[in-house]
Amino acid sequence: MTTVGDGVLVQANGLVKRFGEFTAVGGIDVAVRKGEAFGFLGPNGAGKSSTMRMVACVSPRTEGELSVLGMDPDRDGPRIRARLGVVPQLDNLDTELTVRQNLQVYGRYFGLSRATVRAKATELMEFAQLSERADDEVEPLSGGMKRRLTIARSLVNDPELLLLDEPTTGLDPQARHLLWDKLYRLKQQGVTLIITTHFMDEAEQLCDRLVVMDHSRIVAEGAPSALIKQYSTREVLELRFNPGEQQDALDNGVADLVERIEVLPDRLLLYTENGESTLETAHAKGIRPLSSLVRRSTLEDVFLRLTGRSLVD
Amino acid sequence: MPQVSAPTTQATGRVVRSPHAAWLRVEGHWQWYRRHWHSTLFSSIAQPILFLVAMGMGFGSQVEPSEATRNLPYLVYLAPAMLVVGALQNAVGESSYPVLSGFKWQKDYWAVTATPITPGQLLAGQQIWIALVIGFNGCAFVLIATLLGAVQSPGILLSLLAMVLTGMACSAPVVALAATVTNDGNAFNGIFRFVVMPMTLFSGTFFPVSQLPEWAQPVVWLSPLWHGTELSRAAAFGGAEFGPVFGHVAYLVGLFALGIWLARWRFRRRLVV
Ligand SMILES: Nc1ncnc2c1ncn2[C@@H]1O[C@H](COP(=O)(O)OP(=O)(O)O)[C@@H](O)[C@H]1O
Ligand SMILES: [Mg+2]
Repeated sequence: MTTVGDGVLVQANGLVKRFGEFTAVGGIDVAVRKGEAFGFLGPNGAGKSSTMRMVACVSPRTEGELSVLGMDPDRDGPRIRARLGVVPQLDNLDTELTVRQNLQVYGRYFGLSRATVRAKATELMEFAQLSERADDEVEPLSGGMKRRLTIARSLVNDPELLLLDEPTTGLDPQARHLLWDKLYRLKQQGVTLIITTHFMDEAEQLCDRLVVMDHSRIVAEGAPSALIKQYSTREVLELRFNPGEQQDALDNGVADLVERIEVLPDRLLLYTENGESTLETAHAKGIRPLSSLVRRSTLEDVFLRLTGRSLVD
Repeated sequence: MPQVSAPTTQATGRVVRSPHAAWLRVEGHWQWYRRHWHSTLFSSIAQPILFLVAMGMGFGSQVEPSEATRNLPYLVYLAPAMLVVGALQNAVGESSYPVLSGFKWQKDYWAVTATPITPGQLLAGQQIWIALVIGFNGCAFVLIATLLGAVQSPGILLSLLAMVLTGMACSAPVVALAATVTNDGNAFNGIFRFVVMPMTLFSGTFFPVSQLPEWAQPVVWLSPLWHGTELSRAAAFGGAEFGPVFGHVAYLVGLFALGIWLARWRFRRRLVV
């Protein structure tokens, strides 16, 4: 069986991962196509990493079907891993080696020649903007540098499929944008990306298609824009009140203004096609919020709609 | 489902065969050693030499050659045994915290098994590396001991084999333990205090085990250090008989095999979850 023909690199059907009695992944169906950036969006504990580790062929599935690059991870683990790039959630660099040594030693595990890894390490340090630290030990590098090195390391074998588990968690905004840019370039080169994240903006920016995971299951699937269209309205009106006055507004019938309202501890979210006009109507009804904000719907709203909870608490 | 054109990228990675894969791990350890060898020098080479000097030359100056020392100067009698003590200490040192760190602190074992390298190959590379370190330190010991006048015959080169075998027999079970513990490695302190220490004192290194009370003799038979020491002295001083030599080798090989078997099981258990 080869799936390159129909362009599906990862196919999961009823994929289950249990740790003892505990179900981390509760039967998910996923198909990742060649060349796309595919996302797993979900809060901590949703089962994203467990899924990624099964796809990375380091964690055997408990039940279900899984095919990666047209092969079975249970049987062809090493052959699949030879063609994957993996960025684990937590950096596992060899911090007592230099930046360059990390890349070269790792590259050798993929059967690359010494000359190849030498050239590749130089190229990747350039890519990750670490050339100036090439011969420094990894230990004292900043978190952002370590993360960039982990990502550079994952590219040492020119992977066809790159698995990134929360690639930007812990990075400052500037470093995140830098990384998004790099990932975008990889995608342009034809690398298929699978990204997990609990940042909705990251998912919106990077992913062509994504699944929303919650409590070990997939609760929605589609392109970010399609998901927003399907599960949310065009705009959201956010109203903040003085402590205690939020309930007054609710008693006053603010919920009747729109089809759907979310009551958060610190604010009300009113889902509407036109935020400004909803705000005017609210004012006319004598509702006096401390502040108001009209914004576009995001994946955060989709998640809230589907689960009744915020993505990041 | 959309049709996608032929792959624009083709990964360069490939699977390497088992012995080569393990050897790549050895290369990785070597890269570490190149930068950090000096940090291990005291415990690995200086310590056994200090023991040899203190006991062999200091204490030994008070010991007359006798039947108990095979009619050799105490320093010469001690050298092949101290060589094996060094192997024991090196083996336990290299197999405990460094291995636990691969799982727990550096977590680099997880990085390695995300490549085509399997947990078994990772373990094999670790064991080969430990054997090389033990062998290298043993050579350094023999060289220094020779300069100190503690070596009288080339047979000590054969003792190096006994030394590495003993080291591996002690290493593999400790590697298995290191792959099992999840705390900060308190178990290793226990190993050092309650296994390595008494073993070093009562395995015939400094005095023949025949001096021990009768009931203690069978306990000594359990000590890999005693078997290694017997082999090492037989190699250095000659006069070995086939039966005992075979028994010692069999015991050490058996312990090594058991350790490897346990370690393989623990490595898989821990890395493939
Ligand atoms: N090795 C493991 N043993 C036991 N439980 C685990 C293990 N790995 C993950 N889990 C549990 O599985 C659930 C999903 O974890 P994970 O896949 O890491 O979620 P996410 O990456 O979405 O935060 C969590 O409740 C986690 O505690
Ligand atoms: Mg995770």
